[in-house]
Amino acid sequence: MIRKILPLAKKYSFFGILSALSIAIEVAIEVRIPFLLSKIINNGIMGNDFELVKTLGLKMILMAIISLFFGMLASRFSALFGTGFGFECRKALFARIQDFAFSNIDKFGTPSLITRLTSDTNMLQIVFMMVVRICVRAPLMFVMAIIYAVKINTRLSAVFLLVAPVMAISIILIGRAAHPRFRRMFEKYDGFNLSIQENLAAVRVVKAFVRARHEKEKFEASNNELREASIFAEKLIILNGPIMSVSMYSSIVVIILLGSRLIVRGLLAVGDLSAIISYVSQILMSLMMISMILVMSVMAKASLNRIGEVLDEIPAISDDAADKSLRVENGSIEMKNVCFKYSLEAERNVLHNINVKINSGETIGIIGGTGSAKTTLVQLIPRLYDVTSGEIFVGGHPIKEYTLENLRNSVSMVLQNNVLFSGTIGDNLLWGDENASDEEIEKACETAQALSFIRSFPDGFDTDLGQGGVNLSGGQKQRLTIARALLKKPKILILDDSTSAIDTVTDKALRDALNKQKDITRIIIAQRIASVTDADRIIVLDDGKINGIGTHSQLLKENEIYKEVYLSQQEGANKNGAA
Amino acid sequence: MAQHNSTAPKAAPPKGKPGMNMRFERPKDARKTFGRLIGYIFKQKYSLFLVVLLVIISSLSGVTGTYMLKPIVKQLEIALKNGDVGSCLSKISFYLILLAVVYLIGAASQYIYSRIMINVSHKTLYIIRKDLFEHLQSLPLEFFDKRTHGELMSRFTNDVDTIREAVSQGMVQAVSSLVTVAGTFIMMAVLSPVLLCLVLVMLAVMLFSVKIIGKKSSSFFKKQQQAVGAVNGYIEEHIEGQKVVKVFCREEMVKEGFTKINEELRKASAGAQTYAGVLMPVMGNLSYLNYAATATLGAALIIKGVTFLDIATLVSFLQYTRQFSQPITQASQQFNNMLAALAGAERIFSILDEKPENDDGGVTLVNAVVEDDGTITECPDYTGTWAWKRPGLDNGASYTLLKGDVRFYNVTFSYDGKKDVLSDVSLYAKPGEKIALVGSTGAGKTTVTNLLNRFYDISEGTITYDGIDIKQIKKDDLRFSLAMVLQDTHLFTGTVEENIRYGKLNASFEEVKSAACLANADSFITRLPEGYNTVLTGDGDNLSQGQRQLLSIARAAIANPPVLILDEATSSIDTRTEKLIEKGMDKLMEGKTVFVIAHRLSTVRSSKAILVLENGKITERGSHEELLALKGKYYQFYTGSLELS
Repeated sequence: MIRKILPLAKKYSFFGILSALSIAIEVAIEVRIPFLLSKIINNGIMGNDFELVKTLGLKMILMAIISLFFGMLASRFSALFGTGFGFECRKALFARIQDFAFSNIDKFGTPSLITRLTSDTNMLQIVFMMVVRICVRAPLMFVMAIIYAVKINTRLSAVFLLVAPVMAISIILIGRAAHPRFRRMFEKYDGFNLSIQENLAAVRVVKAFVRARHEKEKFEASNNELREASIFAEKLIILNGPIMSVSMYSSIVVIILLGSRLIVRGLLAVGDLSAIISYVSQILMSLMMISMILVMSVMAKASLNRIGEVLDEIPAISDDAADKSLRVENGSIEMKNVCFKYSLEAERNVLHNINVKINSGETIGIIGGTGSAKTTLVQLIPRLYDVTSGEIFVGGHPIKEYTLENLRNSVSMVLQNNVLFSGTIGDNLLWGDENASDEEIEKACETAQALSFIRSFPDGFDTDLGQGGVNLSGGQKQRLTIARALLKKPKILILDDSTSAIDTVTDKALRDALNKQKDITRIIIAQRIASVTDADRIIVLDDGKINGIGTHSQLLKENEIYKEVYLSQQEGANKNGAA
Repeated sequence: MAQHNSTAPKAAPPKGKPGMNMRFERPKDARKTFGRLIGYIFKQKYSLFLVVLLVIISSLSGVTGTYMLKPIVKQLEIALKNGDVGSCLSKISFYLILLAVVYLIGAASQYIYSRIMINVSHKTLYIIRKDLFEHLQSLPLEFFDKRTHGELMSRFTNDVDTIREAVSQGMVQAVSSLVTVAGTFIMMAVLSPVLLCLVLVMLAVMLFSVKIIGKKSSSFFKKQQQAVGAVNGYIEEHIEGQKVVKVFCREEMVKEGFTKINEELRKASAGAQTYAGVLMPVMGNLSYLNYAATATLGAALIIKGVTFLDIATLVSFLQYTRQFSQPITQASQQFNNMLAALAGAERIFSILDEKPENDDGGVTLVNAVVEDDGTITECPDYTGTWAWKRPGLDNGASYTLLKGDVRFYNVTFSYDGKKDVLSDVSLYAKPGEKIALVGSTGAGKTTVTNLLNRFYDISEGTITYDGIDIKQIKKDDLRFSLAMVLQDTHLFTGTVEENIRYGKLNASFEEVKSAACLANADSFITRLPEGYNTVLTGDGDNLSQGQRQLLSIARAAIANPPVLILDEATSSIDTRTEKLIEKGMDKLMEGKTVFVIAHRLSTVRSSKAILVLENGKITERGSHEELLALKGKYYQFYTGSLELS
């Protein structure tokens, strides 16, 4: 995973190098300072040499200022490096999701993709920055401190050669043992969040069924599990602190013990003793920092994997083999032996052996029960999903020969769950065609029966919709999304149950207006039979198979399912209906 | 020498959900919130007392350890001068044993308090989460209407997380920093008051730098916060609308738009992170400056031959000068976390302060037996017959049989206190009657049913249930006697069987199955890979909307109460399937008082009475035929010339 993600930092690696250099200089001075301190004590204070103390003192002040300068630079550069990496991560992820086919999006699910783009990326950025700051500092400090300590006194330095490995091994062991425990904790966390989310979403159900106590019991269980998993994981990590202290303290005691013997024999100066202790602390500190990276990386690993999964996901649909110059010439559609299932592992096909030929300019209705795969069928035409077997032709060419952009610009689809974006009505309409003139926009809205209500708003086309178009009714939203689709000036227009919230009179006016656009092939999926009765042909789908094709009157005579649906609705709105 | 003590950087605590270092917030009333938060932690006051004691011991051991340096250096000085090596070394050994003991106590206390603190902090979080969740269950729907799920979720995740950081780390560090700094200053004062004056000057400089850096960084953190908000908003909107983006081939434009705000975020967080990282080197190097200045002054004084300072004293004093910058750095780093935690706690507390649903009804629902002479007696076991128990004087009680007679008398209601959603509505539904509510969006259909089960309380008028004012009925018992099937079906993670059983927790499998058959759900359930044991996830994502509605009908069927409310219960079921479940629905509604809200008029035709609601008023009432003959609004709806959604 890391190998996949690290290249994202490449663009900002210049800052990374500068940051490493600054840190190196800062560390070099920091390690040098105890050496100076020992000199001040040994030669200056013990030696009663005020001039030397003054010179060394000034030298130290100068070094501190330089170190401060580079420390600040390091902070700046590492921040630029880390946030740059975060920027690239977000960018790469976002771009990759843009390349996804519907099946890829379905696989992850929208909420999961959002979490990966937000919290996971933030987590990774934070850990990355810490690693950048520590991974130069800690090893460098470790090596340099050892060199200085050995230079002052080899025998005393041997003490930490004993202590450091003990500490290093225990830290590694702790980190290893903690890893699975933290993973478990994160799993519990997910479960915990899920239970709250569900409860919030279903608050009316909980209240209506008087299940507050039941919900509290369920929550209590996951709350407790979370607590226990957290304690179980953290219990191990807190050992790091005392282990560090014990290593530190025992080194100090032993160094003073051995050091004082050397001092009285004149083999060591008092100041050297203090310097070696400083170095021991620097060495152990750097080990501690490394252990911190280990802990952080455990936490980041889950996020890293989740981000990696998205980056690794191969878009299921590509148009590399397409002919870029090929345009859709007309709106004819032909499906030959089309079979489809959502995942290759699925046992049953969702669509079985569909064969149908639709002429350019025809109006086709599609009727079928819940789960009869109406939506699936039409989504294959603009290649939102690819057929599992068989072939689809649009305008006389296999759809795979067109680039996705050319194909989808000619096949305009209004989805069942259609979305408007924040911005004005005009902004949203421009999604269909950015260069559309005011007249074109008005014409599309008129056809979609949206012009009158847009005009009724005080701000007209400049009315701000808010996120998700919250200020509109369901019927208004549907008409806007149809206008948006019309602005693409498509060869084929697909309405997937897109008029369900529009009253029958408006629905009829809309269909009449669409019927005037003879050059567009129209495919209309509807629950209401009235919406398709005037279609040239109607396809009846049942359980993924074509059960019948024909005109309204033909089907009414020959098709059992169609008859049944018609009768069930006839009892309802259409008997005396205007349609 | 031991410039290192228990304030060694601890391994960062695990963080639940990320987003740390990304926030910058200030509580409104820090003192009050702090007091309340402390109240939570104080629920474990004995553990807490022990923790504070151990933190003090461990911090003091560090401070004391450094002080031990003075007698040791002194002995070395003496040994070097007199040559009395043996006695000096044995004295030094004695001091070292003492030192080892002091340190050992320090390390041991550190381990013990860390271990206790884990329990304390997680128990505290556990209690906060529990209180929050349980309180949420008691809040009225108005509360949930005003807030998004995301907003409430972030109380449980982000806000509890900030508190975790503050409780598990901040508290210990605050005490330990305080003790270490105070101890260090006392020791310095004991060693040399003159040198201490110089240190105090440096301290002022340090605090000043902390303040400046803090100010600078907080303005960047604020900007970062805004940028994070913008980026997250953009991501949510466009990933949720991803399929539309693809249908319109807008991928490149969307990418461009994202890059723009992503760049804003990068700039803002680069600034914030720079200042966050600058504190360490500034404080560290200031402490070196301090050391150099102190050493120079000290050396000058000794060489001049002042009596109040000797080499041993200076050496240990210098060690202290290096010791006190670290706790200050850590405390200042913790400061923002603390404020963020208080801001989080404040938000949690404000939810806890929300008033729960008022429920002052004294009438309860009991199992009952009807004697031959018509008197009703209470029965502890399930009888299949229910009665309302009205407490009377002297422990006596009167009973009314639960039948399902519902009446609204001049009911007026408003969600926001300004615009009446229902005005002066009167209606009745006798036991066993099916009443349909028809009208356009916003006419108040759902509101009628929401008032009946007291999701909301009416402002004027009365609603009676079996002749009892529903305000006098205990809320839980009132709702127990009503079943609702809502348009938005919500299922829970768990098996299909568990989801149906939600309507009656102690139902047997046979009951579950027969409820499923009634709703015509059995056939699709048995075709699922694991049948009734199929686990539904993510609000039943693996089922179609229609199948989910069938399940929620089964859920209501198993509860089997006398009153049934069907709010667009079959809107996502196609007419053919609806026809198939019609028989089941008829059986379900048999003998029950039913309120039906439906968009599809074929669903409401068979109702005993159809009420047409318009702008919160009942404008027409009658049977299907009567209303058609009237040629009013209902006729218009029916013939499709009015928008109904």
